[in-house]
Amino acid sequence: MEHATVGFPILTMLVAVPAIGALLTAVVGRKRPEFVKLTALLSSVLTGALSIWLMAAFHAHDGGFQFVSKHPWIRTWGISWHLGVDGISLFLVVLTGVLFPLVIAGTDPHHDHRAYLAWLLLLEAGVMGSFIALDLFLFFAFFEIVLVPMYFLIAGWGYEQRVYAATKFFLFTMVGSAFMLVGIITTAVLGKAGPNGSVSFDLVDLANHASFAATTGRWLFFAFAVAFAVKIPLFPLHTWLPDAHTQAPTGGSVILAGVLLKMGTYGLLRFGVYLFPEAARWSRPLFLTLAVIGILWGAIAATMQSDLKRLVAYSSVAHLGFIVLGIFAITSQSATGAVMQNINHGISTGALFVLVGMIYERRHTRQISELRGIQSVAPVFAGVFTVVMLSSIGLPGLNGFVGEYLVLIGSFLTARWWVVVATAGVILAALYLLWAYQRVFHGPVDDANRGFAELRWREAAVLAPFVAIVVFTGIYPKPMLDRIEPSVKQFIAHVHDATGYVEPQPAGEGAP
Amino acid sequence: MLDLVWLIPALPLAGFLLILLTGRRLGDPRAGYLATTMCAGAFVVTAGVFLKLMSLPAEERHHVRRLFSWMPVGSLHIDLSFLADPLSITMCLFVTGIGTLIHLYAVGYMHGDARYSKFFLYLNLFALSMLLLVLGENLVVTFLGWEGVGACSYFLISFWHERESAATAGKKAFVTNRVGDWGFIVAMFFAFQATGTLSYRGLAEAAPHLAPATAAAIAGFAFVGACGKSAQLPLYLWLPDAMEGPTPVSALIHAATMVTAGVFLMTRMSPVLHAAAHFGLFGGHVSVSTVVAVVGAVTALFAATVAVAQNDIKKVLAYSTVSQLGYMFLAVGSGAYVAAIFHMVTHAFFKALLFLGAGSVIHGMHHEQDMRKMGALRLLMPVTAGTFIVGWLAIAGVPPFAGFWSKDEILLFAWDKSPVLYVIGLVTALLTAYYMTRQVIMVFFGEARWHDAHAEHGAHGDAHRPHESPWIMVGPLVALAGLSIVGGFIQLPFSASVKRLEHWLAPVVEGSEHRLRGNVDDLKYVFMAIAVVVAVAGIVAAYLVYAKRRVEPVEPAILANGWYYDQAVSDFMGGPGREAFEGVAWADANVLDGAVRGSGAVVRAGAGELRKVQTGNMRTYAAAVGAGVVALLAWFVLRGVL
Repeated sequence: MEHATVGFPILTMLVAVPAIGALLTAVVGRKRPEFVKLTALLSSVLTGALSIWLMAAFHAHDGGFQFVSKHPWIRTWGISWHLGVDGISLFLVVLTGVLFPLVIAGTDPHHDHRAYLAWLLLLEAGVMGSFIALDLFLFFAFFEIVLVPMYFLIAGWGYEQRVYAATKFFLFTMVGSAFMLVGIITTAVLGKAGPNGSVSFDLVDLANHASFAATTGRWLFFAFAVAFAVKIPLFPLHTWLPDAHTQAPTGGSVILAGVLLKMGTYGLLRFGVYLFPEAARWSRPLFLTLAVIGILWGAIAATMQSDLKRLVAYSSVAHLGFIVLGIFAITSQSATGAVMQNINHGISTGALFVLVGMIYERRHTRQISELRGIQSVAPVFAGVFTVVMLSSIGLPGLNGFVGEYLVLIGSFLTARWWVVVATAGVILAALYLLWAYQRVFHGPVDDANRGFAELRWREAAVLAPFVAIVVFTGIYPKPMLDRIEPSVKQFIAHVHDATGYVEPQPAGEGAP
Repeated sequence: MLDLVWLIPALPLAGFLLILLTGRRLGDPRAGYLATTMCAGAFVVTAGVFLKLMSLPAEERHHVRRLFSWMPVGSLHIDLSFLADPLSITMCLFVTGIGTLIHLYAVGYMHGDARYSKFFLYLNLFALSMLLLVLGENLVVTFLGWEGVGACSYFLISFWHERESAATAGKKAFVTNRVGDWGFIVAMFFAFQATGTLSYRGLAEAAPHLAPATAAAIAGFAFVGACGKSAQLPLYLWLPDAMEGPTPVSALIHAATMVTAGVFLMTRMSPVLHAAAHFGLFGGHVSVSTVVAVVGAVTALFAATVAVAQNDIKKVLAYSTVSQLGYMFLAVGSGAYVAAIFHMVTHAFFKALLFLGAGSVIHGMHHEQDMRKMGALRLLMPVTAGTFIVGWLAIAGVPPFAGFWSKDEILLFAWDKSPVLYVIGLVTALLTAYYMTRQVIMVFFGEARWHDAHAEHGAHGDAHRPHESPWIMVGPLVALAGLSIVGGFIQLPFSASVKRLEHWLAPVVEGSEHRLRGNVDDLKYVFMAIAVVVAVAGIVAAYLVYAKRRVEPVEPAILANGWYYDQAVSDFMGGPGREAFEGVAWADANVLDGAVRGSGAVVRAGAGELRKVQTGNMRTYAAAVGAGVVALLAWFVLRGVL
């Protein structure tokens, strides 16, 4: 079910505004350096405003693609500029729209602002495009564009081992992408989903009209899955993440954790499972197992880190494991929870990286052992950190709980024992975060940390939206669920149509 | 009136928000009074709801107030809604009632603390969470409160976070509780899958139709959660350490209210526990209820033996709390839900009294907690001593004080379940009377040992003389002492008409409550007499040992160190546990990432080798091309031939 193309091409604008902003920043900045930050900020704020307008105009209880914009691009190969948004991508678009202005306003690259901001805006255009592209070729283009600015952001504004980390990030992702490129082309060529059996790269056409032999489908699915598993990252392909996160500048880490990783989980759902439901169901045990191992492995590795940023990076591995679990369990609750967790992880971990960045700005270290007793000198800062930490731990009443709980309770219906093990992750999450918190914030303050400055107004302004979303989503997630669930339902119906899969219901449901 | 039930948690929430916004400006003592007022307001509303419920016929005492839909997805419907029924309102009454007294006490106790308003911020947040826990209409709202009280407990135990021991204790409490939470969460999943609902009403209706194994899974996992929150073996570890928090916290959270949440949960789940009766572990002989009863009885005895050898005034009470909670689980496991709630209420009265009394002593002694440096304090702190003695008689099981009645009822049901459990309960009662008498003598009687302790600080002179606490602290003690005397009268064993609590709770637990065999009920006066004899024996024994010094005290190191259980767990966590974690981190850095870096190195080395092929020598290239052509031709020719 697709809506008619809306008059105002808002989705195209969501890509165009940051792209033009990047260009303007680069050009304007050369002549008038004082306007660089303003130009970048305005572009990102405008994009953010558009994304919020999109959310407001979005029809809840409608599971199909909305605001669809479709124009033929390369006719002979069936490639088109096809954009659309549904409940699965909507909040990722909004998250992208909201995170970038906060990063631009709240982080300081210390040198070469012009290039830094231009790369950030180009990154935003690429990320936005990835979340709304409904054409495989277009998606691939956006997916790859993202790599370039991210590489330069890490390599140009990162810490000690930035070049190593940036290269590792780039190569890892490129290897994955190579598989996906082969997969995409093969899918389009073999799928023949266009009019009269012609080649089409269109996601909707392919999902509805292409059918593959089981073995072919499985090979193709794996080609996609490898690229997304690297991006997520799924155990054991995660080792680029701690390096990239730790070495990236604060803004880069926030974006990386907040939205870039979500391109993996989103892609897995939108392109992997959606196009190849049979293969996804066939390979379910493998992915569920890797997800659960990731949850525990990431948490245990996080416990043992001595660098705060690396700790948060490993916690991402654990949190993203929950999302993969929810995707492959294929129930309404688990998939809705996975989509929620996408957003919640972006908010919580994004905020954690902002906070760790603020600690680094003050103390020029991320080593837990060099920090101590900060709560006694900066209680408000510690308070904000506590709220964000508890959200990451999954305390009910805060946002992290909603996604995690829905993933687990939904997955329990189809993957009971995986869930029983995965739930132990809640113990470990408390362990690594509280232990780190104790070492950094509790205890008597020593001389090195006595001068730790309290939260400043500007910093509070950056953190306030994070905290507001953390609390609001935790208490009243219904508006989000109302928009996500219909699309998830449609997604499961698609899996049903393709494979005959029937979503298990708890007993009692529908009983007379 | 019943629709106003939402106001009960809303008032502490308002207090929390007000103090959050204006706490520093309000300061000492206004922030404290604001928090107290909010808690008192919640008590008033609770009382109103209580009276309204009383006026209804028993079967209509069940009112659901739905606020909004919290997490609705597909077949999962989770509402943020409250349930006003006899059980939840009983809990609310003592949570807000005792909570108010403790808030008031804290106004005096925390006076002069640098983070005064923050203390009351946490205290109101705790009250809010605890009320959500007991008022929740479904397991998830209860879980919301459950985790909330856990977080508040963490904040408050590590309230003096500059002290490493306090910070560690707070973290330990949170993490240990999370182990239990794992069980609670899994129990919810089993319940949802089996019944499609998480509401208590729905579960109660579905319970009789559950397969026994499913019911056992739900009840069993819920019990894991209960063990964490209510400090039962093997998860009790965090509670003695939690004494690092300010004493009002120990009284409110770690004695009277939060730690009873596990007992509350099991009582709420009683229909499921009942349905699980036909499922047996270990070859079909041991039901979940039996596991609960045994864990409770063993914990009760275990903690009582440890309490005998403690010298810290609060540690004695901490182990005593673990032990008394064990009684409550013994009751739950024996199907005596009314007795469990009865003991929960009386225990809340006298244990809050004892903790606040201990706090008053600590306050008067200028933060001295070692009982070996106390003695004869009754002369200087008459009100504290008098009320503490009431609490002592109540917990020791001397009639007609509150603890006697509730403990007696539990022992009666324990006998019906198994004589072995009864004997364990009785021995625990003996030890309870013994260690509490020991405490009272060491603190309030005998010679004053604090002269020596403070002579060293001679310069300060009389400033260090122990003194009675201000009225704002002593007032709550008097009120709680009164409750500890009369609290037992809400449920008397003599005839059906004086079993008031049983009638009141009947709509909630009637279907699952165990009925005593006729001959056991006939023997109740015999049991009562035995209980009195045992209590007196314990008191006399302690009197001979600690007051008359006729016998040397028996306080072996193994008891003082809690059977080295905590030590063993710490050693395991710090030893093999830590090594395993480090092993994972090592494997991550060296095996997984090592493979990545290895393949990078291989590619680079391979490229280096390949580079040598590019010699720039035209003849080498030509030779290679020639060889290639020959090889290709050969392949085609051979393929064509074969």
